Amino acid sequence: MKIVVAVKQVPDTNAEKTFDPQTKRLNRSAIENVLNPFDEYAIEEALRCKETLGGDTTVTILTMAPQRGVDVVRKALGMGADNAAMISDDAIGGSDTMATAYLLALALKHIGFDLVLCGTQSTDATNGIVPAAIAEHLRVPALTYAKKLEIKASAVEIQREVETGYARVGSQLPAVVSVTKGINEPRYPTLKGIMGAKKKEITMLTLADIGADLARIGEAGAKTQVESFTPVGARARGEVFVASDPKEGARKILDFLIAKKAI
Amino acid sequence: MNFEPTQEQLSVREMVATFARNEIDPHAAQWDREHTFPEPLFHKLGELGIMGMFASEAFGGAALDTVSTVLAIEELSRADAGVGVTVSVQGLAERIIEAFASDELKRRYLPDMCAGRWLGAFALTEAESGSDASSLRVSAQRHGDEYVLNGAKQWVTNGGYAKVFIVFARTGSDGPKGISAFLIDRDTAGLSIGRVTRKLGIHSSNTVDLILQDARVPASALLAAEGAGYRIALANLGSGRLGIAAQAVGILAACLETSRRYAQDRHQFGRPIGAFQAVSFKIADMAVDLDAARLLLYHAAWMRDRGMPVVDASSKAKLFASTAARKHAAECVQILGGYGYTDEFPAERYYRDAKITEIYEGTSEVQRIVIARELLGRLDERTAGDRPARRPGPSTVQRDGEGRERRPAARRDK
Repeated sequence: MKIVVAVKQVPDTNAEKTFDPQTKRLNRSAIENVLNPFDEYAIEEALRCKETLGGDTTVTILTMAPQRGVDVVRKALGMGADNAAMISDDAIGGSDTMATAYLLALALKHIGFDLVLCGTQSTDATNGIVPAAIAEHLRVPALTYAKKLEIKASAVEIQREVETGYARVGSQLPAVVSVTKGINEPRYPTLKGIMGAKKKEITMLTLADIGADLARIGEAGAKTQVESFTPVGARARGEVFVASDPKEGARKILDFLIAKKAI
Repeated sequence: MNFEPTQEQLSVREMVATFARNEIDPHAAQWDREHTFPEPLFHKLGELGIMGMFASEAFGGAALDTVSTVLAIEELSRADAGVGVTVSVQGLAERIIEAFASDELKRRYLPDMCAGRWLGAFALTEAESGSDASSLRVSAQRHGDEYVLNGAKQWVTNGGYAKVFIVFARTGSDGPKGISAFLIDRDTAGLSIGRVTRKLGIHSSNTVDLILQDARVPASALLAAEGAGYRIALANLGSGRLGIAAQAVGILAACLETSRRYAQDRHQFGRPIGAFQAVSFKIADMAVDLDAARLLLYHAAWMRDRGMPVVDASSKAKLFASTAARKHAAECVQILGGYGYTDEFPAERYYRDAKITEIYEGTSEVQRIVIARELLGRLDERTAGDRPARRPGPSTVQRDGEGRERRPAARRDK
């Protein structure tokens, strides 16, 4: 079985982020990039599937990124993935969610797959659209928000997280599954994995390789547009109540909470 | 010149840093307070390959380059300096076993050590023999196919939990040439663990006395040859010192981070205390020394990876890093003021932990002897007969009232 995990490099969640006022894009080059934390769960799940299934099951990492995105691919390989494919081309810059899904789907068709695993969303854009959009392009079922995943013969069954509990959802393979944070505890890359990662193959894919229609990608192909951006205001200073005795203090807090309709 | 780490070195650092943040940071204060040796942690580190990073792949190790090992020890020590020294000593034991033990002993001990199931310890110091290591008195006498060891070692790091000990004992005459090294299993009859040493800092590391009472080991436990012990101890000083330099750098990095964050958050007189130069200059100085310590350390590690001699470079790195760690840990406490003196913040732990780095693996004074000797030669061992005609200039040899050379108390490497 061929499992492909689609991953993204994102700016370090702890880093301070700025936007370029001209392009209205995030200044990615100034920030350290990391593997999207949500994707680590997808990689871990893929590795667990491989361990359970055994045989000739392979785990391939797929990403779309500038050249330096290779760092996050190496991390995924260090965790134990077998190989990787990377789409890298300047023309991709400015692609929105739909274009991203279009390109990933083309690459998936190119490299082949039985099961595609994704994190639910990326920590930078947090749209959570790509997994379902990939499935749509590929014309295969999308099973989203899996908090448990099981492969049975040529089918996949998941527990889909919903507000009140979970729903059991299943489909035949091939399929696309997005997994939630709670599904597992991602492993650390081992030293052996890290040292072995440099020997693993990373296939570089061009837009021509996957047969991409240039009109559908980049800024020109974007179906969404950033109109403007506003920084989140600094949190206002809290209000301090000074009271001469506890009873008066309690009263003031109570009045405040009532005024805010908190109680 | 190239200051760029390799992809693998960056990945090792990132992996260990993430592990330390998740698995060590949240517990470090408690381990310190309760003097807990976090034994299960070393099993986890074993699974990741960290406990075997010093050994070759043939014995289950990860065979990392020296730069990667110091990056790993630095990141562990940044979270908990006690964990850092435990791993560093494991490395010392692995390197000696791999270099000097028989194939059979390597196969018996190294795989489980690499996996983190077994710990190794290094027993050199005795009550009357510290910096002057070559005066050690534990004895090993040959009886047929066995050696019988008697005496006591102290300050044996990892000792209470170790499966295997590298023990230095006297098989011959006084002085360095009479010393031999043995690989001794924990289960050897006559070997027992004495009292646990109560220390100022690094509470999460284990330090004990080792008692040998007619402890009989097979002749095959002898490493290399009789009389090779001192050479074995010296051969690994370079890497041991790099480990402690890395520990000091880790503590220093933690001090800088704690100080920086506190200086930004803590307000006095209506502004963050970092706005006052008295505080911000301390932090600037700390950052300069951290960079300098790292450069000395990484350079020495890089030299070792190229097969260059590192006795001098590792002493310089260890001397500078440990001095800087102790000095800036004190400043970190000062920046945090009253809070820094309490166990609500880690500053006082850094302060207590930093001090040991100036003492073990050769005191700062011993490091200076090593460095000075590289520059001046062994002036203290010259006698009147072989001294060339007196050159002008002040004598560097101290003399007592009767004209005899005054030898420094600590004249041997530890």
